[in-house]
Amino acid sequence: MTGLVTAFGSGAMTNSFDDIADEAQVYFIIGSNTTENHPVLGMRLRQAVKQRNAKLIVCDPRAIPIADLATLHIRQKPGTDIALLNGIMHVLIAEGLYDKEFVAERTEGFEDLKAKVMEYPPERAAEITGVPAEQIVEAAHLLAENRPGALLYAMGITQHITGHQNVLSCANLQMLLGNMGVPGGGVNPLRGQNNVQGACDMGGLPNVYPGYQAVTVEAAQKKFEEAWGVPLSNQVGLTLTEMLPLAAEGKIRALYIMGENPMISDPDANHAEHCLRSLDFLVVQDIFLTETAALADVVLPGSSFAEKLGTYTNSERRVQFVNPAVPAPGEARPDWWIIGEIAQRMGYGGLTYASPREIMDEINQLTPSYGGITYDRIGQMGLQWPCPNADHQGTAILHIGRFSRGLGHFGAVDWRPPAEETDEEYPFVFTTGRVLYHYHTGSMTRRSEGLDAIFPEPVVEINAEDAARLEVVDGQPVRISSRRGTIEAEALVSPMTEPGVVFMPFHFAEAAANKLTIAALDPIGKIPQLKVCAVKVETV
Amino acid sequence: MTETVSITIDGQAIQARAGQSILEAATAAGIKIPALCHHPALKPIGACRVCLVDIAFERALHPACTYEVRQGIEVHTRSPKAEEARRFALELILSDHPLDCMTCERTGSCELQDLAYQYGIKESQFPGTQHEYALDTSNPFYERDYEKCILCRRCVRTCDEINGVEAIAVIQRGWDSKIGTAFDGIMQDSPCEFCGMCVEVCPTAALQPRLGKQQGRAWEVEKVATTCPYCGVGCQFYLKVKDGRILGVASKWDAPANHGWTCVKGRYGWDFVHHPERLTQPLIRREKGGELEEAGWDEALDLVAQRFKAIVKDHGPQAFGTLASAKCTNEENFAMQKFSRAVIGTNNVDHCARL
Ligand code: SF4
Ligand code: SF4
Ligand code: FES
Repeated sequence: MTGLVTAFGSGAMTNSFDDIADEAQVYFIIGSNTTENHPVLGMRLRQAVKQRNAKLIVCDPRAIPIADLATLHIRQKPGTDIALLNGIMHVLIAEGLYDKEFVAERTEGFEDLKAKVMEYPPERAAEITGVPAEQIVEAAHLLAENRPGALLYAMGITQHITGHQNVLSCANLQMLLGNMGVPGGGVNPLRGQNNVQGACDMGGLPNVYPGYQAVTVEAAQKKFEEAWGVPLSNQVGLTLTEMLPLAAEGKIRALYIMGENPMISDPDANHAEHCLRSLDFLVVQDIFLTETAALADVVLPGSSFAEKLGTYTNSERRVQFVNPAVPAPGEARPDWWIIGEIAQRMGYGGLTYASPREIMDEINQLTPSYGGITYDRIGQMGLQWPCPNADHQGTAILHIGRFSRGLGHFGAVDWRPPAEETDEEYPFVFTTGRVLYHYHTGSMTRRSEGLDAIFPEPVVEINAEDAARLEVVDGQPVRISSRRGTIEAEALVSPMTEPGVVFMPFHFAEAAANKLTIAALDPIGKIPQLKVCAVKVETV
Repeated sequence: MTETVSITIDGQAIQARAGQSILEAATAAGIKIPALCHHPALKPIGACRVCLVDIAFERALHPACTYEVRQGIEVHTRSPKAEEARRFALELILSDHPLDCMTCERTGSCELQDLAYQYGIKESQFPGTQHEYALDTSNPFYERDYEKCILCRRCVRTCDEINGVEAIAVIQRGWDSKIGTAFDGIMQDSPCEFCGMCVEVCPTAALQPRLGKQQGRAWEVEKVATTCPYCGVGCQFYLKVKDGRILGVASKWDAPANHGWTCVKGRYGWDFVHHPERLTQPLIRREKGGELEEAGWDEALDLVAQRFKAIVKDHGPQAFGTLASAKCTNEENFAMQKFSRAVIGTNNVDHCARL
């Protein structure tokens, strides 16, 4: 979420589901298959369109279900979002349709942005994106005429080599329209997993302590050293996508993994496996023997959401409880207890807590935005950060009247082609995503009877035109290969994807889509480019 | 400020909000009017006629669920005329309903059963042909028992007003009326997303989840509020629990992010919790290339601590990495990054947020 920090000073969803669902006059959805990946929000948007005639612009190469309801469905080529957004902004500026007052009072960098987007007249944007120029103009008009408008995006924006710039571009558009700091507006990244937001807020990142306090800032270092009673490093750490290759080089010797399955979720899975196997010592703490856990030297049984007390933070920054409903099976233990025990046995007593409530007390002390989010106050409705103290009611909408960083920053960005383009040998663009019935690496949904029954097998979506040319029929097994690996799956001949593009969900270990994807990283966000690579498709 | 109007219900003076129905105003004042086709999350349709009330100066009875309050109206919910009409409506419904409450999943939580109990209706006063339908078990999430359907259309309205895919409708006419998909096919071939909201609002056992069948009565089940383990919407709902096992999910209508709504994963995706492949013991690979073998906590934790210490000592803290988790709680993530930073001494901590 580095893009939003640069633009606004805070890297989270700016608005809340309620105001977005009830007050937006137009939705601009880009890189989010909302009804399948964030279904309840998808339902609410569907109702907004049906019941109060909100306008809906869907920008997605695939004919995703929510596009059925769209006022305008833009099918840009995968990896061309910046060109599209710059094209729309070109129209807004050239026709004087942007919010001049907002731009003058609340932002900086407008002249740079203007100079950049002037290089993207709709005709040029059309050429890059494959979208008719008239649609780009129409999108600009819909946005200008219907305010406030809410922009929503998900991994379809971030999982690109230009992920950071893609996000900046989204922020630019919403500032230009004056859609910031108002109900029904905002830039709203939808988090794929239920506690991505919380894991980031809690400092599960190599560059920041809890509450996004930079490890390189001396005052922060001092504060945490004092609280934890040990000297701390001021050197920014490595991301997962950096750690793995270093494991293969022998520079990373040990990994301690809690509840993640990089064997399936990481790009270039064959390489990821090689890296994990190179470690001296791998500890995995999880509730199932995942593909990653199967490689571990020690596997520690953790607890599921139904077995423990704690809090999750949803996409709209709301901290809510999970409660113990059933006992954990066998000897399984809460993850916080396991961590504390290991620390204790290594001679550090500062992680020995009696309960999650005690941990939250410490979070309240050390994390300014969580200062008032105590167990006594969370209650039935949760609390949305920032909530700095025990008298604060929480914050539903960020950046009202003022951005966290002061003025909103326009960051002019250029479109760049994806790291790997199609060629004669690998003529298809391969993109990945999720389906309604499964979740992430499938470790939970593949073990749910109903969900696995209704969507039991990996499929690869292919357009009818391509299928006919390759003489592939619906349901036929095909082999898909990239420069990095090969998998097999059933073909789903469908109008969902455009000719030249194939799509595959990544939930299935037996045909792990990430064996094909490329580990090229967005140099700033360090997010791999899972959304685009080049493949070939053959009959088996 | 919303406008208020003064009304009386059963002699009690009430300030109602303009635009409220009599049923809503009564409920807000703690007066219970029997109702069946109405559900607070849906728009009223006045179909079942169980909520009929007597309004002074109105000749006919009116459904309380659709009748908007007006200044000065005087409502009698239990007048003999209203009670008789209500009993008639219930008897009509029950005349075409199997009376097998003994084995019915909804005993104790069935709205029809509750009303039959209150009105002491034992058997139908209108003997005649009853519908005979086979149980529809064609989808993996829930069953539809047409014989128990009272055609209240809550499910149809839910599919329209909540999910929005409009997968089902009342198909056929008259005696043959039933709920179904456009061509009376299976749900999988319709736009249905199996969010289960129809099952949640069905007043009888006409719609019943497959998981948890015959495993617990309504009064044996404890409801524990929780947050969905799947996507970032953060829906809240109740887990229905009995004897240490989850039996199902119930909507939590005051939940801030989802207002009672769920999707298929939240509603039917919890059974992984009891999957036989759950890890129940620490596992240790005692030699490189060997198998993972069961171990006790002390052995596993001592081994981990000792190896971690050795690696930090031999290769320095930067040779170590930890992954926190987008599936674990805030407290656990806090503990994990603190472990990495304070115990190991490295900022090499990350999670799969980017993915
Ligand atoms: S299935 Fe249930 S909710 Fe739907 S009409 Fe029949 S009784 Fe009502
Ligand atoms: S119920 Fe569905 S929409 Fe709600 S949090 Fe769970 S997965 Fe997301
Ligand atoms: S509840 Fe009013 S008519 Fe059915």
